[in-house]
Parts: sequence; structure tokens; C-alpha cells
Amino acid sequence: MIVEFKLTNLPIGEKAEVVSVLAQGVARNRLLDLGLVPKTIIEAVRKSPLGDPVAYKIRGAVIALRAEESSQIRVRSLN
Amino acid sequence: MGLTAQSTGINAFLEELKQSSVKADAVIALAGNPNTGKSTVFNGLTGLNQHTGNWPGKTVILAKGNYQHQRKNITLVDLPGTYSLLANSADEQVARDFICFGNPDAVVVVADATCLERNLNLSLQVMEITPRTILCVNLIDEARRKKMEIDLAKLEAILGIPVVPAVAREKVGLKQLKDVIDKVAFGKKWPQPKSMEYSETIEAALAEIQREVDHLLQGKFNSRWVALRLLDGDNSIITEIFHYLQRLEIKKQEYYQEKVKVVECCE
Amino acid sequence: MSSLEAEFNQIIDQAQAVRNRVGAVRDQIVSDIYHQAREITEKVVKTYNSRDPDRKIDDIVTSKIFGYPLMFALLSLVFWLTISGANVPSAFLADLLFGFQHQLTAVFQWAGSPDWLHGVLVLGLYRCLAWVVSVMLPPMAIFFPLFTFLEDLGYLPRVAFNLDKLFKKAGAHGKQILTMCMGFGCNAAGVIACRIIESPRERLIAVLTNNFVPCNGRFPTLITMAAVFMGTLVSGYNNFAASALVAGVVVLGVSVTLAVSWILSKTLLKGVPSTFTLELPPYRIPKIGSLLIRSILDRTLFVLMRAVVVAAPAGAVTWILANIQIGDLSIIGHLAGRFDGFGRLIGLDGFIILAFLLGLPANEIVTPILIMSYLTQGVLLELDSIGALRQILINNGWTWLTALNMLLFSLLHFPCATTLLTIRQETQSIKWTVLAALIPTVIGILVCFLVAQIVRTLGFQF
Repeated sequence: MIVEFKLTNLPIGEKAEVVSVLAQGVARNRLLDLGLVPKTIIEAVRKSPLGDPVAYKIRGAVIALRAEESSQIRVRSLN
Repeated sequence: MGLTAQSTGINAFLEELKQSSVKADAVIALAGNPNTGKSTVFNGLTGLNQHTGNWPGKTVILAKGNYQHQRKNITLVDLPGTYSLLANSADEQVARDFICFGNPDAVVVVADATCLERNLNLSLQVMEITPRTILCVNLIDEARRKKMEIDLAKLEAILGIPVVPAVAREKVGLKQLKDVIDKVAFGKKWPQPKSMEYSETIEAALAEIQREVDHLLQGKFNSRWVALRLLDGDNSIITEIFHYLQRLEIKKQEYYQEKVKVVECCE
Repeated sequence: MSSLEAEFNQIIDQAQAVRNRVGAVRDQIVSDIYHQAREITEKVVKTYNSRDPDRKIDDIVTSKIFGYPLMFALLSLVFWLTISGANVPSAFLADLLFGFQHQLTAVFQWAGSPDWLHGVLVLGLYRCLAWVVSVMLPPMAIFFPLFTFLEDLGYLPRVAFNLDKLFKKAGAHGKQILTMCMGFGCNAAGVIACRIIESPRERLIAVLTNNFVPCNGRFPTLITMAAVFMGTLVSGYNNFAASALVAGVVVLGVSVTLAVSWILSKTLLKGVPSTFTLELPPYRIPKIGSLLIRSILDRTLFVLMRAVVVAAPAGAVTWILANIQIGDLSIIGHLAGRFDGFGRLIGLDGFIILAFLLGLPANEIVTPILIMSYLTQGVLLELDSIGALRQILINNGWTWLTALNMLLFSLLHFPCATTLLTIRQETQSIKWTVLAALIPTVIGILVCFLVAQIVRTLGFQF
């Protein structure tokens, strides 16, 4: 069974595959431009000391996203 | 859709570029993702001959610099660091406008060797706009340190544009970069960039409007690229292209009026 | 409508029709390009070792336990290196420049020039200049390269990463931290840097609060006052305590920034934070040679030149004000007298208030003006050490409360004229410019007043 969930819920150190971006407008385009297109593998790398933002490895670069953004991204587990 | 929106600052910027610098034999744009060492390349090429200017009407600062190569004066414009040229921010818009309408003689894309995939995304977008693209793969030493092996010859063959490896911090590869810029900017070498292939739906949609776009542009612009932007509905670029064509038309009219005057004089 | 426009509009309509039918064109375009980039990369790049050394560093730098203390420690370390490293060259420059003053005086005497001319040019203009150069150049020549080092290393994005949540809570943009980092060098530069924030609301917040980061022009004052404060408080003053105090002042500045940003985003500049993404680039050890050249040329000399240009006339004017007597008091004495009541109320004095007002052109000259006005009646001392300075201040009725409040007021007062002009330029609005001056000044007065009252109520007799 394939489980879909919000990127926000991806545990640190684990990888997932992007399913879709829910944000609209400019926010959506910016997330797409970072390489968050469907089928992209994304890894949660680390949390900031206060828990938010979280840094993700996206196509070779480490990029921090606030929970507001990561909750707009649907992912599914790899196994 | 209205086409009356204010044109961005490209004209004013080009005017300033013409006036401020020593007569440039070629204008080269420097593009690249953030954190690729683009400014190190810029500093390495221009030394202390640089100054910053504003992009009129936009809150973006651009650096310009000069260097001499084989007795030619080269002006380098350091575009804002961006991941993409799809114009989702003022930075991206400025970078894209300069590459599209600034008529640079060549565009150098500075890429981070350790993160090639993300950087190729931008390179492919630049190559779509202009064939005169050079890829400078910087931070080769970091890639080696991270035990990465990059087949640059193969990359060059696939992309169809010159690929120059560099370690800009150590000034390695900058001489070769200057040589390649010279070749591309002065037409001694014509890159044949691989054209982006899109998925079937996009290609089919492109085919539907391609003929009309061809007719509209009459070879003044890369029509495939313009057709893509039209499909995308990117209003800012569509407006900008319209203004560009309008300027060309006005210039043409002025040219004919000028001719008429000359004829009148002679009679 | 021109034929071109008609044809154009027709195509736009046609494209829109196709788009409506096909659906998410943008998504597909971005996806296709990225997938192609991936395919090419897979063909040309071979990776043997995917373990990233940066991760270990970031584990510490952004850790829950060490993240914040490390930031504070690094900040203190930068100040400590700046303060201790600058002592010797500062003393050397002071000896050199004030030594040269005697030669200048000799030349003036030999030429038989009138006393007032010697006063304006040598005792006013030259001395102020000598002070600014000897006090500012060495710390800047240390501070800027250190700061550029951290910048080039890739540490600043980590600071933004660590602090972002606080800024989000304050309704501000995450990039505001980066503009504040620029503000350390120069608030005017910090205000210009606010352009990296796209949302106008958040940009304004960043512009209005940039002044709460002490700029390089204020560091000499902060460092001097920290040293004087520590010196009057504990015997056997040490550099490290003073550096920690300056770092503490910076932390206070950041806290005030957050508080003011929060209030602004709840009142005048209502709204929610816009999209924010931040790259944490790989760490890179900078090339020291080019780092030195760039930080000295682009930053140190630039800021120093601006300070010199302002300091020279300010020195001359201050000397004139201090040496024209009306009745039995100099003009500066009269003016300071006007502000004295108010000054004492907030734990300062009239001369200090006057120095801040006269220092409007540039923060660098506040301390020199203050010293000059204290010294007008008495003997002209050579200020080659913090100790000598402390003595002058104590002779003029200073206590540790004065030093502390001077430290606070230096952090919390109106921006310098250059910064105000820049704010005017960037916001295109007199209203916001006035507000940018009012907010910190009102806060500064309140804070100093409270501190003075608390200290006095607690029974210290000042």
C-alpha cells in the first residue's frame, strides 16, 4: 500500500518522493523551481533548533522550508 | 489581455550600459544559481574594474565589470543568482530580461560541479533562449574532494555548448574561459545547443500554435521559446516581447523615414 | 490598435485556449526540464562517496543544545579578537598621529598664524580626524575581514536557519536576518540590502528595524563604553568581559528588532509572512588573500573614508562651538546646559545628548565630539588608552550608570543622516523615514529612563 502524507510529517533522516504541490500561484511556481516536481526524491536533513524550519535535500542542494510551505507538499514513502 | 503594462527597465539599463563603460566590443552576461561562486568568477575575470548599478524600476542591484582580452574590451554583466528563469521573482525577471532583450554576445552560466543537476536546470533554460551559451563548471576541486567524477567531454557533447572547468578561487580555468568567450562572442564558434524535448502533451500543444507564432515573430526571436511562454501564460514576458517587437517596428519606420529624407535631400 | 497588437492578442487568446484544454503547463515544463537535467547528470557524473562532511558540522552548528550558545560565542569571539587585536595598533596610530600634531603646531607657530586658526584646524579638525582614524581603523581592519570570513564560509545562512522561527513569529521575513548582518557593517548598506525581500510589507519592517543592529560606526563607542563600564565596575578590567558585553548589546538589539517587527506586523504593517525558502550552501574555506583585499578595500576603507569626510568638518565646528564664549560659558556649554536636565533624567548628561545630536551626520563622531567638549576647558590630553579616557569621563561625573546608558543609547537612537537618506530613497516616503528615526529614539529614551530609575531606586546614589 502506498501511503501519502505531508512533507511536514517526514521524519528527519528519511527520504520520500514528491507526489504533488498543493500551493497555488507564485508560491507554487517557486516551489516547483526549487525542483519540487512530482517524482523528485526529497530527504529531510535537519530541524532548526526551534523545530522550524526544516532543511531538506532537494536535487543536490540543502534547502530550508518553513512548515507553511512543507505542509503544501504531498509526498509518499519510498518502500 | 492588455499589453499596456509598463515596460521594465531594460531600455534604461541598456542606455546606462552604453554610456557608463568604455566602448565595449562585446557584452557578456554571467548567470548562475546562488552559491556557485559566480561572483568569484566575476571578480576573477574583471579584477577591480567593476561597479554596481541599479536595474531601473526594480529593486535589484547588478554589477558590471570590464576586462581586456586580445586587445578587445569585454563588458561583463553579473546577473542575480537564480535557480530558474521562469520569472517568479524580481531577480529571475531581471536575469531573464537581460538574456532575452539585452542582446548579450554570449551568456556564461556558472555551475557548481558538486550539484550539477540543479545547475543544469538553469543552463537548459538559458540554452533555450540563446545558442551563444557557455557552461563554466566551477568548484571542480570541491567535486574531486567529494569523490565525484564528471565527464566534461561527454557533457559538452550532450549539451552541444562549450564546457569550461574552473576553480575560480584559485583562478584556474579563467584564461580558458576568456578564450572561449572570445570565440563565441565574436562568432568564431557557433554552439549547437541540444534542444529541450518536452513531454508529448506540451509538444502537441506547441505544434498547435507554432505556425502563428512563427508568422508573428518572423525570425526575430526564438519562436519555440516564445510559444512556450505563451502556452505558459507568463504575462510579464509576453508584454516584454510585445514591447520589443514594437520597438523593432518603430525603428524600422524611423529607418524608412530617414531614407525618405535622404532621398529628398538629394533631389 | 496596431496590426501587431491585434495579431499578438489573437495569439495570446489562442494560447490561452490551448492552455485551458491541456491543463498544468507550467508544472509540466518545469518537470520536463528538471528530468532532463537529471538524465544528463546521471550520464556524466559518477559519485563514489555520498557521505557529506558538511552534515557533521551542521549537526553542531544548528543543534538544539549548541546552536544558540555557539552563535553567541562566535559573536563574542569576533569582538574579542577585534578589541584585543586593535589595542596595540590603535595606540601606535594615536602616538603617531597625535605626535604629528606637535609638529603641526610648531609649523603654525613658525608661520605666526593666529590662535583661532590653529585652534580650528589643528585642535579641532586634525584632532578629530586623528581620533577617528586611530580609533576606527584598527578595529575595522580586524572586524570586517573576520565578518567576511564567516560570510564566505557559509555561516550566515545557518544563523538565519537557527533564528528563522523567531522572525516568523514576529511576522517578518526570514531574509531579514541577512539584511541585519549587512547592517553590522553599515546600516545604510543594510537598508539597501532589504531589497532582497520581495514582499513590500516585510521589506518595510526590515528597513525600519535595521538600525537596531549596531553598525561599524557605533562599534568604537560600544567597545569603549563596554571597556569603561567594566573598568568602573570591576577592578582589573578584562577584554573578554567587555567583548561579552558588546555581544550582549547585539543580542539586545536583535531582541528589540524582533519586538518592534512583531508590533509593526500587528499594527501598521499587518499581514502574514510570505513564502520563504533558504539554501544552506556547502561550507567553503575562503581564500584569505582575496578576502583581505575585498574586505579592506570594499568595506574598511569605504566606511573609513565616509567617517573621515564627516569627522573633519565636525571637529572644526565642535572646536568653534567649544571656544566661543558667551558670558562665562562656551556655546557648547550653553547648549549642553539646555539638555542637561533631560540628560540626567535618563542617566546621561547634557554633553552626551548634544554629542548624539551633533553626531547625526555619522555615528563615528559621537565619542570624539563628546570628548572634545569635555576637554574644552581643561588641558588637552592625549587619549592613547582606555584608562586615560576613563579618567576624563570620571572627572566629568561619570559613573557606571552613565557608561551603561551611553552604551544603550548608542544602540537605541535615531539612525545617522546617511541611513535616513537611504531610507527616504528606498521607501520613497517621508512618513516612514520619520518613523524610522522616531521608533528607536523613543525606545532608547524609555529604556535609559527605566534603567536610570531602577538603578537609583535600588539605592545607588548618583
